[in-house]
Amino acid sequence: MFRRNFLGFAAAGLLALGAVGPAAAQDDFIIVQSTTSTQNSGLFDHILPMFQDKTGIEVRVVAVGTGQAIKNAANGDGDVLFVHAKPAEEKFVADGDGVSRSDVMYNDFVIVGPSSDPAGVAGMSDVSAAMAKIADTGAAFASRGDDSGTHKAELRLWEAAGVDVDAASGGWYRETGSGMGATLNTGTGMDAYIMTDRATWISFGNKGEYQIVVEGDDRMFNQYGIILVNAEKHPNVKSEQGQAFIDWVLSEEGQAAIADYKIDGQQLFFPNAG
Amino acid sequence: MESFSAILIEAIGLILSWDADVIEIILLSLRVTLTAVAVSCVIGLPLGAVVGAFRFPLRTGVLVAMNTLMGLPPVVVGLMVYLMLSASGPMGVLGLLYTPTAMIVAQTILVTPIVAALTRQVIEDLNGEYAEQFESLGVGRLDRVLALLWDARYSLLTVALAGFGRAVAEVGAVIIVGGNINHVTRVMTTTIALETSKGNLQLALALGLILLAIAVVVNGLLMAIRGTAARAAYV
Amino acid sequence: MSEPAIDIRAHSAVAPQPLMSARGVCFDAGGQRLIDGVDLDVLPGRCTVIMGANGSGKSLLLRLLHGLLTPSEGSIAWRGRPLDRAARREQAMVFQRPVMLRRSVAANLRFALSVRGVRGPERKTREAETLTLARLDGLKDRPARVLSGGEQQRLAMARAMISAPKLLLLDEPTASLDPASTLAIENLIAQARESGATIILVTHDAGQARRLGDDLIFLHGGRIAETGPVVRVLDAPRSKAAQAWLSGRLFVPNNP
Repeated sequence: MFRRNFLGFAAAGLLALGAVGPAAAQDDFIIVQSTTSTQNSGLFDHILPMFQDKTGIEVRVVAVGTGQAIKNAANGDGDVLFVHAKPAEEKFVADGDGVSRSDVMYNDFVIVGPSSDPAGVAGMSDVSAAMAKIADTGAAFASRGDDSGTHKAELRLWEAAGVDVDAASGGWYRETGSGMGATLNTGTGMDAYIMTDRATWISFGNKGEYQIVVEGDDRMFNQYGIILVNAEKHPNVKSEQGQAFIDWVLSEEGQAAIADYKIDGQQLFFPNAG
Repeated sequence: MESFSAILIEAIGLILSWDADVIEIILLSLRVTLTAVAVSCVIGLPLGAVVGAFRFPLRTGVLVAMNTLMGLPPVVVGLMVYLMLSASGPMGVLGLLYTPTAMIVAQTILVTPIVAALTRQVIEDLNGEYAEQFESLGVGRLDRVLALLWDARYSLLTVALAGFGRAVAEVGAVIIVGGNINHVTRVMTTTIALETSKGNLQLALALGLILLAIAVVVNGLLMAIRGTAARAAYV
Repeated sequence: MSEPAIDIRAHSAVAPQPLMSARGVCFDAGGQRLIDGVDLDVLPGRCTVIMGANGSGKSLLLRLLHGLLTPSEGSIAWRGRPLDRAARREQAMVFQRPVMLRRSVAANLRFALSVRGVRGPERKTREAETLTLARLDGLKDRPARVLSGGEQQRLAMARAMISAPKLLLLDEPTASLDPASTLAIENLIAQARESGATIILVTHDAGQARRLGDDLIFLHGGRIAETGPVVRVLDAPRSKAAQAWLSGRLFVPNNP
């Protein structure tokens, strides 16, 4: 008796196991390794259904920091890489992990800060001067610190401003080691200045008393690139579907879809393929 | 910051609106977690029972390992499973990365030590009571393990519940191996993480309340079963 | 080897082979010798009573004879073979505090049969017979652990008897029971004897020893202080230990 009941228990467990099937029966999908900024801004939710309607290919987006996205793609865990760190992207292609790189779109970085503006940088358009001023006054600055595209761009700007942030780390310079959203949540919690891409900022829901304090410097240009992962090195890559996605994103239709995406009437990304 | 009552209202609204996306996320969460707990029980219950019921060489080592693995950080498990399932990893050919199955694997690794270690404790206590009677009856090893598991079944519900609690609340492992892909691997916890990163704290917290409510319902159900059994003196 | 402390052959016309023999059995625990040099033969069909003060080693001896404990020295033979698990399956023991599985009364009985590989119609028949024998029919679907102490001990007896053991070892089975429950257990013991079981009974109750026992072993400090027919030992104890213990018992009012 107890044996039979016990087997019943086990059978119930195995039944539950049987319920595990592939999430989607269809196999026609690609995985795009991309960044939190594109995901969190809602851009993918806007453009991907258009692509799927046209081609029947489902695009599954893994949104992580640019650094991790590139590493994942270099492991072959993705068909397309869609990030924003041009030097790292070029190295990815040079290493043979990617086929070739194309510009897709850009937006720009901005520095946001509390309305009290402790460093007095509000309205400045020279990013180097503004950053130097933040460093001089010792006002708090929250950095991603996660090797993401935004983080790399931020480090280049500190270097241009002649500020050694390594020395200040843990003092006024605070590395959260997190994604853009988490860094915004943390930074606003400690009245710190934060550099973010404009798209994430516009769509960010927890702005509080924060506003954009520094914008408009050419050096804060944020270029996105797209790369097909190299099937010669990673045989599992779905080159055909991946290339179809890239072709569409770079096509007039795809570029128009990107330009079309607005939040509160503001355009978030500016297509610049070709 | 929104008031707590506003968040509560949003949570209730989310449930009442029966939003297809939210329902999908809840169902996937339950499917992944319940499957992981079921697999963990299939592995962990017999394992814990054997360690609890018998003395054998290296038993202390097994015990220490089980108890230590209970504290495995989810992120570490996520990374381990990622490295296994990655296209460049040893099991890459299976193509399981970024699927619910990968999430189940990760959660199973997290939950099995908990199930095994807690089962060991429950079975060892019960065996202390039964051992001499079993010896006297000449109960064989397999019969002994099965009988102990069966007689401890209501206590073991609590063990499964502990595993469920760990799995359903866990985000670190599933976000790495699942990728938080919309409509594919997005579960309650990864959605909460995502909405938090978008600064939608109210929505994130509302989802958290739903998660809590699910945990309460599951707990309540199992405790009701256990309560009935306790009244019948089967516990 | 010394002469066995109990030699049933003296009371018996023919001398059958002993069911069980202990020779020079000692048991040590915690650096102390708790059972010291016990020799005994148990002949088939008899009821041997073990008496002695608390701590004299009665329960230990019973566990040694059942093979739950292994002697530190000496040996125990079961029907001329070593006392192993197969031998134990021909015996059954009832503990002072019954261990009830967390199942129904009937399932507790079935368990004892299923671990011996008895299944199917035979198991059904024996289950029904034993339930009736122990007057547990009306309780068969109750969880065993909600039964009263007396009912639980009856179930423990029934569970021991259901496998038709050659030897029943009973460790103070009526120690905490009221008179009615005690009587029910004694009736079961008598029925077990009728059906051919040999009994070893540990008890503090001299009346019970007289009612059920043939032979008596009096233990003192882990040694056998005295053996003989129950009536003789109880009426005219020869050892100082038995005399002292029994003189204490004489104050119990219902003791003859």
